[in-house]
Amino acid sequence: MTADKISRPEQPPFGAMAELLNHRAVLSVLFMLPAAAILLLFLTYPLGLGIWMGFTDARVGRPGIFIGLENYVSLFDDDVFWLAVFNTLVYTIVATVAKFGLGMWLALLLNHSLPFKAFIRAIVLLPYIVPTVLSAIAFWWIYDPQFSIISWSLHRLGLIDTYIDFLGTPWNARWSVIIANVWRGIPFVAICLLAGLQTISPSLYEAAALDGATQWQRFRYVTVPLLMPILAVVLTFSVLFTFTDFQLIYAITRGGPLNSTHLMATLAFQRAIPGGDLGQGAAISTAMVPFLIAATLFSYYGLQRRQWQQGGADE
Amino acid sequence: MNEAVKGPLAIGDTSEGMSYLDTLPRRFVTVYVPLAIFIIVLLFPFYWMGVTTFKPNDELYNYSEHNPFWINSPTLDNIRKLLFETDYPQWLLNTMTIAVCATFLSIFASVLAAYAITRLRFRGAQIVGLLIFLAYLVPPSILFIPLATLVYGLGIYDTNWALILTYPTFLIPFCTWLLMGYFKSIPYELEECALIDGATRIQVLWKITLPLALPGLISAGIFAFTLSWNEFIYALAFISSTEQKTVPVGVLTELVEGDVYHWGSLMAGALLGTLPVAILYSFFVEHYVASLTGAVKE
Repeated sequence: MTADKISRPEQPPFGAMAELLNHRAVLSVLFMLPAAAILLLFLTYPLGLGIWMGFTDARVGRPGIFIGLENYVSLFDDDVFWLAVFNTLVYTIVATVAKFGLGMWLALLLNHSLPFKAFIRAIVLLPYIVPTVLSAIAFWWIYDPQFSIISWSLHRLGLIDTYIDFLGTPWNARWSVIIANVWRGIPFVAICLLAGLQTISPSLYEAAALDGATQWQRFRYVTVPLLMPILAVVLTFSVLFTFTDFQLIYAITRGGPLNSTHLMATLAFQRAIPGGDLGQGAAISTAMVPFLIAATLFSYYGLQRRQWQQGGADE
Repeated sequence: MNEAVKGPLAIGDTSEGMSYLDTLPRRFVTVYVPLAIFIIVLLFPFYWMGVTTFKPNDELYNYSEHNPFWINSPTLDNIRKLLFETDYPQWLLNTMTIAVCATFLSIFASVLAAYAITRLRFRGAQIVGLLIFLAYLVPPSILFIPLATLVYGLGIYDTNWALILTYPTFLIPFCTWLLMGYFKSIPYELEECALIDGATRIQVLWKITLPLALPGLISAGIFAFTLSWNEFIYALAFISSTEQKTVPVGVLTELVEGDVYHWGSLMAGALLGTLPVAILYSFFVEHYVASLTGAVKE
């Protein structure tokens, strides 16, 4: 059907033009142009500009002049900055471990034959789909000091005497935002790992069981190695997006109390946009780059590993 | 790889594995109970959002007389307030406009780029593909400060254009990467046939490749729409006037007045802002799963 529509192309009046449009090199350039233009102007250029701005004293409405390492030197003596680095590391490590532990567990549960499996999988992914800020506002309300539903329930059950001040003290606030982040992150991890689990042939488990492997051994020596390539990639994405998280913190605590939940991204925002000190904000953002490179390299080696591991079995 | 995601049925009768070894009580404790707890915890915030939205104020702040988990006299007051006393409808319209425009712009650029990389295979195509993947790993949190000055310099600060043009920075890498996977799965012979029959490259793309890659286009499109709808940091940094804001930013910055939180309206705003993506999601679940796992696995 498609064939007879195009089987007799009419000779266009400008043969040279048509010839040019069919030339591979010319066409490649034309086709790459829109994507390249947008990415170069709005991604590559700002990336470079951001690193440059870190070395200037730019403020809102005034392009800065080069001041060398001054921003970084002042950050080095800045307790709030180091607190933000500490918070970011705690937030990333604790949330990632929890997300992967629980996400793996959920994926294994979903991999059983269940009634309404498609429906269950669909509702499990819901927290990941909805706008983070809006679900974060729901958490903010759940963590309300006076009307928290968690405190109320625990109080009714007789487990606590006074309402928990979820966002009032530094460590409570840290745990609270970590829990909100884990809540949002579990579905992503679980659904990606589930996709990986479904590619593992059940006969491998049967063979292992016949050889006398316990359930833990089957998980440790069959599931984990076969899942490793996808695990590495999901881990990289998860670490990357948790490390640079902004919205959740901004919505729930805005970095408080006493800067105890400030992440590097929220601190950069606070110094740059409301504070007006673009140079220092850019320096804080740039300080995140080395970590991002490390995460990317990790992903690269994760992908490399996949080739020998899955050999010809991979399509 | 996507086949495995779309069809758990593909494994057919072996999908039961060794489950015949499990007894029902054992299954109940090891599978159903933990799964039920997971589902309750994952869905509770939505339930709470809904309950709060339809509660009148006296129930909302009085737990001693009313059970907070239930609504005794539901009211639409919070939604009425939201729709008629705030700029919420305008925010919805802004968000919709921006998300639709950014999605179409990104899909257009991504289709061409993905086709060029996978099919025209120009010199350096592989490296360009890798660079696009790396672009996907650049998070908005390190771009927004320099982008803010760029947006200001271009004179599009505080307009819809500021977001329509910057959202593609994370949408194009994602869509291109996803579409490259789909294009690779289409047999090249089909295109060769058309080329031998005298079709131009553009005809081949338009009449052969795109119809065959339609599931991929839908996946990329709805995921891009969702990502734009949910975006926050750019919308917060590049928009300042109330009537130009998007839903996530508007709800957070405009509905919170000083220290008095109108939780009813706030939750109504969150619920209504969540609905469009939730509805879209309910129609295209499989496409979401495909794009989510596809982007990770490729």
